[in-house]
Amino acid sequence: MKERVPLISVKNICKSFGTVKACNNINLEIYEGEIHTLLGENGAGKSTLINILSGVYMADRGSITLMGEEIKLSSPKDSIKYGIGTIYQHFKLVDAMTARENIILGQKISFRKMRDVDLKIAELCSKYGIELELDKHVEDMSVGEKQNLEILKVLFRGAKVLILDEPTTVFTPQETEKLFNIMRKMKKAGCAVIFISHKMDEVMKISDRITVLRKGETVKTLIKNETNPKELTELMVGAAIDLSIKKVDAKIGRQILKISNLKVNDDDGTNVIKDISFSVREGEILGIAGIAGSGQRELCEAIAGVRGVKHGEIVFDGEHLEGKNPREFIKRGISLGFIPEDRLGMGLIGTMDMVDNLLLKSYQTEDGILINRKPLAKKALELVKKLDIKTPGINYPIKNLSGGNIQKILLGRELGLKPRLLIMAYPVRGLDITRVILFTI
Amino acid sequence: MDMVSFLSATVVAGTPLLYATLGEILTEKSGNLNLGVEGMMLIGAVAGFISAYTTGSPLFSIGMAMIAGAAGALVYTFLTVSLRANQVVTGLTLTIFGTGLSSFLGQKYVGQVVPDNVKNFFKPLNIPVLSNIPFLGKILFSHDILVYLSIIIAIALGIYLYRTSVGLNLRAVGENPSSADAASININLYKYINLMLGGAICGLGGAYLSLVYVPTWQENITSGRGWIAVALVIFASWNPYKAIIASYLFGGLDIIGFRLENAVISKYFLDMLPYLGTIVALTVFSAKKSRKNSPPKHLGLPYFREER
Repeated sequence: MKERVPLISVKNICKSFGTVKACNNINLEIYEGEIHTLLGENGAGKSTLINILSGVYMADRGSITLMGEEIKLSSPKDSIKYGIGTIYQHFKLVDAMTARENIILGQKISFRKMRDVDLKIAELCSKYGIELELDKHVEDMSVGEKQNLEILKVLFRGAKVLILDEPTTVFTPQETEKLFNIMRKMKKAGCAVIFISHKMDEVMKISDRITVLRKGETVKTLIKNETNPKELTELMVGAAIDLSIKKVDAKIGRQILKISNLKVNDDDGTNVIKDISFSVREGEILGIAGIAGSGQRELCEAIAGVRGVKHGEIVFDGEHLEGKNPREFIKRGISLGFIPEDRLGMGLIGTMDMVDNLLLKSYQTEDGILINRKPLAKKALELVKKLDIKTPGINYPIKNLSGGNIQKILLGRELGLKPRLLIMAYPVRGLDITRVILFTI
Repeated sequence: MDMVSFLSATVVAGTPLLYATLGEILTEKSGNLNLGVEGMMLIGAVAGFISAYTTGSPLFSIGMAMIAGAAGALVYTFLTVSLRANQVVTGLTLTIFGTGLSSFLGQKYVGQVVPDNVKNFFKPLNIPVLSNIPFLGKILFSHDILVYLSIIIAIALGIYLYRTSVGLNLRAVGENPSSADAASININLYKYINLMLGGAICGLGGAYLSLVYVPTWQENITSGRGWIAVALVIFASWNPYKAIIASYLFGGLDIIGFRLENAVISKYFLDMLPYLGTIVALTVFSAKKSRKNSPPKHLGLPYFREER
């Protein structure tokens, strides 16, 4: 295998954001017809590397070679020209346009040749087993459909290197399996696939080779069949850790939350929660399962007081919550923490720094007109240290941090208030193994 | 009141609004909110007037008005696109700058009249066959060349935006620049070209006032039409075809005061109508949300590729 010229190789790539070194001498070789997984913790530099390969970021130093020739990627345009197709973690689709319009975007195609376009798309669809309505608007699509559209976009441009940045995060197992089939077909067609995932079982299932990154550096490239999850995890973290999740025995106390005959509508006024009843006791973890869009979000938001309740009761420790908003919760000392799935939309404010974000939930309980930032600045520093949040400082706008670090801030704030009930929607999104373990302790 | 001549005058009064609205539609479709429409119109108006007064060439005057409008837009584009300055503030500044500059340059020309040969060039032209249609012929097809040009620009803009791949790319730039960028579209190039084109069209709207509609030079000749145009963009839901109807409707409101001189309603109330109409239109149309008439998603926001 070593004699072959790699399809794409990356040598000594470095990239810094301010004082944070996101990539520090990353090396990578990817061959035709392989699925190569990038594995690493938050801030290991995976997403940064992907963004460099797709021309979004410019590398500070280092070189990229395609089939033995050095190439310069100074914009996404260059990347596409060299046949590198990226499916970004956050989809790059225009919501107000149809699938077809999104596919032909940026290409010199006469509108009169639209029939040829349709034929080519149909051909790709049948070849890779993708189903898609071309006239559907992106804003009406499910996550799975959007993902399919992104893949079609890349295939349509004839990509040789396909990069998938955490494509399975919001997928059901069935959707993931479909995606894997497409990846296998691309591999057979002689493409190189770069896959990024946090899910160890998926990594072991689909990869041919695996490169582990840690703190912006390449640790090692391994062949899948010669390694195991335990070794990979140790390489990722840099130390041996216990992967098994231990369920802590806790004393089951009295009932703390009781929901009866709850009915909640979604944003469009459709009734998504239809008559749900359950109760939670102290010392209990209640899991809510279901495919994306089954009403989990609406249920969580209704309990947290940010969504109106159509019918039914939510009783928290003897107090009715329906019809009350989060502000009243805080005032009445209803100790309820909420980790929404959309961390920058509902959880935190991206342009504010850490201290201000911590303040959001506690300023109302302060006395006087002026806000005292000091105690919270101290708390922010504590959180940075305790949760190992990678940030240039506590006064740095949080939207510039990596997704995992943002999630840590949100978790830190909610847990720091010592809630009696904590609602979490996809709490480990963007978090890696060590973090998840840390929080279960 | 003669209905046909009233409607015909409505079209003329709506034409400067139509130019300005089309210019701003093109600008906003690129994702930039340029509140400098009034300023660009005034710069175009004064450049067009001075050119006509000194050279007597109608085509040269129109060209100068467009270049002047585009130059104003260029300053705005450089500040908001290349330097990523705040679009609202920069646009307002352009209006203030344009107002001041046009008063300053036009000082010597206040009360002067456009030369006769330029006036003659812009006199109403009849189109064979079309002008002979009863009612419609008189209302729509008995106007000066710039009225026809504005309708042609409106239709061309509609075809450009909705029927060409370049137009599709432009809409993507306004909706979601990071997606457009990832699809290998040169964001800054698109913005520079289309914002300057938009400015040129606004400048033409200003020149219509100083060369044809008034046609003498007076200070602040636009009297707020640039602002009405900004509202008309929303009223027309960013659609160039609807902009034609919207502009003529407001053109009608603009002149109704002159036409109803013997009416019982106060003249001051009638003069207020276009502005009142603007407020009503804005309130009603911004409350109604649908896919068809929602603004470009990235309107007013700067784009920086490496931002996380």
